[in-house]
Amino acid sequence: MFGLDKKDTRLLLLVAVLVALAPFILNPFPEGSGMAQFNAGYPDLMQRFVIFGIFAIGFNILFGLTGYLSFGHAAFLGVGSYAAIWMMKLLTMNVIPAVIVSVIVAGIFSLAVGWISLRRSGIYFSILTLAFAQMSYSLAYSVLTPITGGETGLQPKVNDARILDGALTDGATPKANLFGLEMGSSIEWSVGNWLFTFNAGYYVAAIVMLLAFYLSIRIFRSPFGMMLRAVKSNQQRLNYTGLNAKPYTLAAFVISGMYAGLAGGLMVAMDTQVGAERMFWTASGEVVLMSILGGVGTLIGPVLGAGAIKYMENILSKINSDILHTWFAFLPDGLEDFVVTLIYPFIGKGWHLTLGLIFMLVVIFLPGGLVEGGQRVARLFGRKKKSTDTPDGKTTPAE
Amino acid sequence: MEAIILQILNGLDKGSAYALIALGLTLIFGTLGVVNFAHGALFMIGAFCAVTLSRIISTSHTIIDETQTDFLGNPLKVEVPYVMDWFGEATGAAIIDWAVPLSILFAIPVMIAIGVIMERGLIKHFYKRPHADQILVTFGLAIVLQEIIKYYYGANPIPTPAPSAFVGSFDFGTMLGFEANQIIYPYWRIIYFAFAAIIIGAVFAFLQFTTFGMVVRAGMADRETVQLLGINIDRRFTLMFGIAAAVAGLAGVMYTPINSPNYHMGMDFLVLSFVVVVVGGMGSLPGAVAAGFLLGILESFASMREVLNVLPGLNQIIIYLVAIIILLTRPRGLMGRKGVMEE
Amino acid sequence: MSKMNLTRRGVLKTGAIAGAGVAAPTIFTAQSAAAFTNEPTGSSVTLGFNVPQTGPYADEGADELRAYELAVEHLNGGGDGGLMNTFSSKALQGNGILGKKVEYVTGDTQTKSDAARASARSMIEKDGAVMITGGSSSGVAVAVQALCQEAGVIFMAGLTHSNDTTGKDKKANGFRHFFNSYMSGAALAPILANNYGTDRKAYHLTADYNWGYTTEEAVRTSTEAMGWETVAAVKTPLTQTDFSSYIAPVLQSGADVLVLNHYGGNMVNSLTNAVQFGLRDKLVNDKNFEIVVPLYSRLMAKGAGANVKGIFGSTNWHWSLQDEGSKAFVKSFGTKYGFPPSQAAHTCYVQALLYADAVERAGSFNPCAVGEALKDFEFDGMGNGPTLYRGEDHQCFKDVLVVKGKENPTSEFDLLEIVEVTPVSQVTYDASIFGGELGSCNPGA
Repeated sequence: MFGLDKKDTRLLLLVAVLVALAPFILNPFPEGSGMAQFNAGYPDLMQRFVIFGIFAIGFNILFGLTGYLSFGHAAFLGVGSYAAIWMMKLLTMNVIPAVIVSVIVAGIFSLAVGWISLRRSGIYFSILTLAFAQMSYSLAYSVLTPITGGETGLQPKVNDARILDGALTDGATPKANLFGLEMGSSIEWSVGNWLFTFNAGYYVAAIVMLLAFYLSIRIFRSPFGMMLRAVKSNQQRLNYTGLNAKPYTLAAFVISGMYAGLAGGLMVAMDTQVGAERMFWTASGEVVLMSILGGVGTLIGPVLGAGAIKYMENILSKINSDILHTWFAFLPDGLEDFVVTLIYPFIGKGWHLTLGLIFMLVVIFLPGGLVEGGQRVARLFGRKKKSTDTPDGKTTPAE
Repeated sequence: MEAIILQILNGLDKGSAYALIALGLTLIFGTLGVVNFAHGALFMIGAFCAVTLSRIISTSHTIIDETQTDFLGNPLKVEVPYVMDWFGEATGAAIIDWAVPLSILFAIPVMIAIGVIMERGLIKHFYKRPHADQILVTFGLAIVLQEIIKYYYGANPIPTPAPSAFVGSFDFGTMLGFEANQIIYPYWRIIYFAFAAIIIGAVFAFLQFTTFGMVVRAGMADRETVQLLGINIDRRFTLMFGIAAAVAGLAGVMYTPINSPNYHMGMDFLVLSFVVVVVGGMGSLPGAVAAGFLLGILESFASMREVLNVLPGLNQIIIYLVAIIILLTRPRGLMGRKGVMEE
Repeated sequence: MSKMNLTRRGVLKTGAIAGAGVAAPTIFTAQSAAAFTNEPTGSSVTLGFNVPQTGPYADEGADELRAYELAVEHLNGGGDGGLMNTFSSKALQGNGILGKKVEYVTGDTQTKSDAARASARSMIEKDGAVMITGGSSSGVAVAVQALCQEAGVIFMAGLTHSNDTTGKDKKANGFRHFFNSYMSGAALAPILANNYGTDRKAYHLTADYNWGYTTEEAVRTSTEAMGWETVAAVKTPLTQTDFSSYIAPVLQSGADVLVLNHYGGNMVNSLTNAVQFGLRDKLVNDKNFEIVVPLYSRLMAKGAGANVKGIFGSTNWHWSLQDEGSKAFVKSFGTKYGFPPSQAAHTCYVQALLYADAVERAGSFNPCAVGEALKDFEFDGMGNGPTLYRGEDHQCFKDVLVVKGKENPTSEFDLLEIVEVTPVSQVTYDASIFGGELGSCNPGA
């Protein structure tokens, strides 16, 4: 189906089903129960899951296939975001032009950066991309303030031009929409004590993510993808065969830059605001970590890594000592305090500590990232079957 | 003219900090081939060695001063350090005053121990793993280390002043025949520069003139052959990791009077030190030092207001701009060896 | 139980506790459900405290969180009541807000606008928060304020000092109690002229982002009006840690005052560097060289240590104030936590109380009603003297403190001393000078 073989079709369908049912899957705990804290099925986080999924899928096309480690991908995301917000300020609050322009602008920018950076390989390439991204961040935060808003960023305002939109009715705020369907609008469904939220913006982003994922499978399976893998395994041999690797790596770089721009555009579409921190090196580092955590070079790994990191950032950081005390209220007083003291350093303001520990544990015990973890579990349960048929879509060994 | 001399001084001082950190990082790259994202954290821990020692020295007991009141109107509790009880008020105060230089002695064994434990406990399992895995595990370690420091010391910077003897600045201008106050430079920064020069010199001498250093250099060039000769290169590399950690740590200790240390100072320096190392050229110790000074001096010049008036924002990007230009004109940085980290 | 009630998370929560039976599945859209976003229908109301818990301002965020917890305790009738006893409005009863028990959720802004908005959105979408408050930088405040305007909840800004928050980026749903750059400049200039004379040459180092620009502008204009001359103004990158190359040329310029328009880590480092250069021991133009820091906070003073001694700056509030409100707040905060509160803690505590009071007076949690109640609201007894929440830009107008680093501190919290309380009339400005459009309030759904 769709020009994919059976295994890939199954993976794509699995991802599609998971994404479609995410409001249920991510909200397993009833409202008001102590565990509701771990529910992730609210619009903002679901949107972030798929947007950072797109970002990581694109990054993986470059890093997973060619082995070129870019440390500046956040710059493309940021540039895409700025392009999108300007479309919303000048043209229309409809997300279509914003997203399209963000992809184009990020593509052009990544072409320029890639064309220069790809003259070098290895860590020299990484530092070149890092340098471009840091320059973009620094300038956006300071001297480019008239264009970027600097510290306070950009948001759509009531009195922006927006030549395609009619004048806002008095008292209305500009809202991102898709031909009138507001990205923020949701349908809520309550079943017993459960409450499921179906958000328009999430499903728009999810459809884009599925398209992006499908495209990435096609790239992985195409002759072009083979060529990129050849670059990774032995560029010298490739050169001896008379092939110039540069156009292929540059194409991969630009494609992944456009993915980043798409993610940036969608971020603005879902949450109409841009700040320069989006381009800081830690943001570039985050997508690297997402890919490695999930499993470099696998199709689904980066998406899992993106989900894991965003989940920790948004869920763990919100647990405070009060919540801990309610969880462990059933314990005797002394023991309760003891358990809370024990857990407290790892949650709330200590969520970074948990993140660091998980990075270390995953890379020590699961060298292939979360995907390898999934494979091990699958093997554990499906020992009868030969292990060639794993459901997580691991294609080739990571390195 | 005065302005230029002043910025060269500044550049040398900044450069010596960059060079020290980059030196440790290159030692680890060069000997072990490991991308160590936790190197900034080692620098930070060094700085906190100074904080810790000055806290240990000024451990106090409280006495209640009935004549004064605190903010709630209760009698004021006054902290009296034990050293003042033991050695008298003047000597005690002097010992507390000299906490930062004293921390050097404290930091060397601590940092070597941390380095060796890190290498034996964690890094050694990652020699054969891809660089991506090394980045993830050392980055994870860096986060864990800095969160531990944050847990105990808070996020706010902690003032750790230099001994009062070094407060103030030296007037180079009068020495060179300029007017007074035209070219002044703080004593502590001059000491920092000298200290960095000594450490850098010592590391080079150690590698160049000792048998141990010779073996390590041989191991850097060709690990297998050295092992074939029956030399236990791993043990030496472990010690080199300890030394690299100590270099980073000492850079941190001496840096505390310049910038009050906080838990994320390592991350602030991490990216910069990688840029310095790569501009210097992978695997080259002299390259790392040269690049440190070069970037320090250029950064200082870019911060002159005469320059900024012409090119606003140049100070924001100078380091990266120079890095790009150098890497495009010299494929392996200033003095990089072929084939190191090029895949 | 009406249909409308069924739709709110608050009821689901209480319903779960009461063991209400499993209702037939009901489908509804968010819009159709309530009169305004997250209308609290149960016996409790949820507030969102969005403060930096990681990153360089984590300690400031921790102090803000302490203040919020204290405020919640007082609102629910616990503790000694704190500022509720001295507050001029007596609408608050100590029985929660409108009889509903106050609950809260916390989040981490990381001092990044993206993270702050993610955290605020999760409070609004997941936890049903009806008001968001907190923060420690203007970038975050402006970003979250814009979000709250869109979502239809009230935003009570925490520590944010840029003119932009209630200037060009003001929003109808956002309110700021903290003072701003303009007020700092207006309050500082006369004191500087009194102490250092009117014939001074100033050299500015300015953090290269919006807050820095507005602060430099404010201090420049007001000191130049006193007769000072500005010799040079140099912008420094936010990520700078070592300021030596910016400070070294100061003496060469012939300036005799250095103004550090820096905040947080930047300020701690630049001040430490400047003192290290021995600038304050120098005589220039036959005058003592001086350093000025327009915005002070106690945590910054703590980070800079002995370097702050004798250096002038401004602050929103300080615990050594002797009015009844300040004394009451210091007492209840100090008794609970063992040390005096910072200005960030004070502004956050006051914002929480002001919000609760406005809801009581309006008789509704509806953001438009609350906004109406806060608009042009005059109050006293909150530690800053008589204060006005101006309707045109939702900025509080009150006395501004000019402080100086203390020469002989008695404890690690006793770092600043109050030099002058600048009366509000001297720092008031016309609302239109910073541009921006307040818009109209948005109740959401």
